[in-house]
Amino acid sequence: MKRALLLLATMLATPAMAQTVAITGGTVAIGDGSAPIEGGTVVIASGRIVAAGRGVAVPSGAQVIDAAGKWVSAGVVSALTDLSLVDADGVQESNDAGARNSPFKAAIDVSLGVNPAAVKVANERLFGVTRAIVTPSAESSIFAGQGAVIDLGADPDAVTRPRAFQFVELGEGGGKLAGGSRPAAFALLRDAFAQAQDFRRNPAAFDGRSRDALVTRADAEALLRVLDGQVPLLVHVERAADIRNVLALPRDYPKLKLVLVGVTEGWLVAREIAAAKVPVIAAALADLPAQFENLAATESNVGRLRAAGVPVALASTGASGGDHVLRQFAGNLVAIARIPGATGLDWGQAFASITSGPAEAIGMGGEIGSLRAGRRADVVIWDGDPLELSSVPVATWIDGVAQPMRSRQTELRDRYLTPTEGALPKAYERR
Amino acid sequence: MNSNRARRALLSAALLALPLSACDTTTSEKPATATKKAPPVRYARDPYPSTYRAYPGAPTLLRNVTVFDGEGNRIDGGSLLFAGGKVVAVGQTLDAPAGATVIDGQGKYVTPGIVDIHSHLGDYPTPSVQAHSDGNEATAPITADVWAEHSVWPQDPGFGRALANGGVTTLQILPGSANLMGGRSVVLKNVYARTMQAMKFPGAPYGLKMACGENPKRVYGSKNREPSTRMGNVAVDRQTWAKAVAYKRKWDKYEAEGGDAPDRDIGMDTLRGVLSGEIMVQNHCYRADEMAIVLDMAKEFGYHVTAFHHAVEAYKIADLLKASGTCAAVWADWYGFKMESYDGIGENLAILENAGACAMIHSDDENGIQRLNQEVAKVLSSARHSGIQISDAAAWKWLSLGPAKALGIDAQTGSLKPGKMADVVLWNGNPFSVYTRPEKVWVDGALLYDANDPKRRPVSDFELGQPGSGDVK
Repeated sequence: MKRALLLLATMLATPAMAQTVAITGGTVAIGDGSAPIEGGTVVIASGRIVAAGRGVAVPSGAQVIDAAGKWVSAGVVSALTDLSLVDADGVQESNDAGARNSPFKAAIDVSLGVNPAAVKVANERLFGVTRAIVTPSAESSIFAGQGAVIDLGADPDAVTRPRAFQFVELGEGGGKLAGGSRPAAFALLRDAFAQAQDFRRNPAAFDGRSRDALVTRADAEALLRVLDGQVPLLVHVERAADIRNVLALPRDYPKLKLVLVGVTEGWLVAREIAAAKVPVIAAALADLPAQFENLAATESNVGRLRAAGVPVALASTGASGGDHVLRQFAGNLVAIARIPGATGLDWGQAFASITSGPAEAIGMGGEIGSLRAGRRADVVIWDGDPLELSSVPVATWIDGVAQPMRSRQTELRDRYLTPTEGALPKAYERR
Repeated sequence: MNSNRARRALLSAALLALPLSACDTTTSEKPATATKKAPPVRYARDPYPSTYRAYPGAPTLLRNVTVFDGEGNRIDGGSLLFAGGKVVAVGQTLDAPAGATVIDGQGKYVTPGIVDIHSHLGDYPTPSVQAHSDGNEATAPITADVWAEHSVWPQDPGFGRALANGGVTTLQILPGSANLMGGRSVVLKNVYARTMQAMKFPGAPYGLKMACGENPKRVYGSKNREPSTRMGNVAVDRQTWAKAVAYKRKWDKYEAEGGDAPDRDIGMDTLRGVLSGEIMVQNHCYRADEMAIVLDMAKEFGYHVTAFHHAVEAYKIADLLKASGTCAAVWADWYGFKMESYDGIGENLAILENAGACAMIHSDDENGIQRLNQEVAKVLSSARHSGIQISDAAAWKWLSLGPAKALGIDAQTGSLKPGKMADVVLWNGNPFSVYTRPEKVWVDGALLYDANDPKRRPVSDFELGQPGSGDVK
């Protein structure tokens, strides 16, 4: 820990953006599915990755950080999270993830709810999470709204890409929101798409502002971006039959860029998903028949999808332990490879499922999620294997900027490492 | 209370009057029976008894393994022998009795089976449909009369996952936290059965689930009735304990002296059990300040809080918990999902241990129960990075012996001590590594999960013939 602080102090002593940094000697995990590289080098400059791997030259004048005995990896990308929208999930006043009573649906833009100062942001950053795919929750319609991609940097500029995708609930949850059945949800989806197209054909004749309007103008505009393939449509479904119905949508809406979310029964239709070239964002370890729509749930789902050629990313879905549990999820998918009959992932695939996987699912793999040259420099030095439970980050850069290694949780920890009070009340103890 | 006392006073006056009137010839026919009280009749303390029977197992020697015995000891290259459902010996090198199954565990670890002190499996089974929502009798703030065991669906697919993925061999099923006093818990062996009673841990004491904080005040406040505040929570609790003290006094007297039996009150039976130390209080409570109030409430009415569950802020009052001998059952790193969990930190359990307070891990989750070993691994990591050194072997106490003690079953399970139930997990690596899984799980010496044998994987009735049935889960 002390060594980490010293390291950080050295880093903060220099202007972060301008400095070229070379991290040498560590085990490098690119995050693109490749195996970790021992004794690799990562070079960052101007907020971007210059190069990463074995035999990478250290540019002259670079600040050199010795990472021997440590791991250097891409930062974790948390998919399907309410991070930055919420202070405490159950505290409604603090929760901007969903809008139960809004007349707007697809139009809702969660980037305007992003709070870079939310304490969870710094807490999760300390565990190696550097980006998040922030997803609205559907509460008044099958359309939840437009999600955003953010960074977890200690600065006010958090939004990497606003309105990066649209999120829709089908399956059981969608049926409930649409009035009581799955067919009703599909009817609603198709009608909303039809109305968006009406709006395009004749904006002046489009209602969209009366109380009776099923689709507002703003919603129609947001849906046109989906229909035109400008943003992906993330569709939450679990059951194999629901997945097939979703995969049939592009027949009628050919430009749709589908991403399947949830998909606990995906392994039953893995070949169809692969053939449709649709990426999946799945819960890693969902193995219980949580509802009737996921009776076939198994921890092997992700591995079997991957084996069939489906690109798979893991979802944090607002885990109670925080977004950082993603790396525990990924590690478990490596673990099950040793269980006869189970299908897991190799280490590189597992790490990619929480780094480049989610980035690529939403079409941002060229920008974030790995240490490939040109990507934003989100880099974490760990004191061990990043998927292992005993490891923690000792230094983190986001967009090439070295990040503070403290959070509200470390403040609480330090105040209460000795629970008894001293000469003054605990409220006076600060470090 | 006052009217009861008054009635009792009148009654004793009448009794005193009887001998005097015995001289009266008109009432002298049955003087003896009039003065002699009916002998006391104790009500059944265990009317739904366990019918659990251990399944047969072979005498088994695990050798060349790393042993965490659950009492804080580690043996490298060690051995464990069990037979007749019991642990026979733990040591460096043991001889195999004739006919014993011998397993070479090179690179593997052996631990006691995990005991989860906080589960709702069976009461909130999957699929989580409304028809299965049997965990909260949320119809009144005090429902000490309900027993979680009467809701348990023994076919919950979650039991099998907890066994196969989690190495959980014993678990306490609690009613939910909607109510201040939510009812009785039940302790189960994690062995599928046709009936709840056939899963019931033989002889385990009952627990009373209590809850403080946001849940009861939200549930009843939204119905516009007491409690709607934290002070309302304490008020209703105190009023109830006051009644329970009186109920106990009446029944103690009756059971000692006989006479007319007081009216039964099923809820009060439970509280009487708590006041007489037979039933253990398992109290859902997050905030440090509220736990302190509950500890004083326990003093006020003469009961003991066995454990606070979900004790997210326990690390702030480790000294108070230690002084009162009250345990904290906690998550590893859950935080920020409600106001009272806002101050959660990953070092909670470690700070408690460091301060000498009783602490353990718990799940309260059908998924988390499958990875409690990993939850402890996260705590160990947080601890070590904060400068608190706790050994792996010592940390295993948080997974088995600690919860077994807080359930009152530590004489039977929770560690690999000769004579205890052979509840054993063989892990395919260090169980604090994310890459490790249970390879074999024995309950009472019977092999009930084997990763290498598809026939040793449970498939509950519900899953049979459904999509994915019989698959590795």
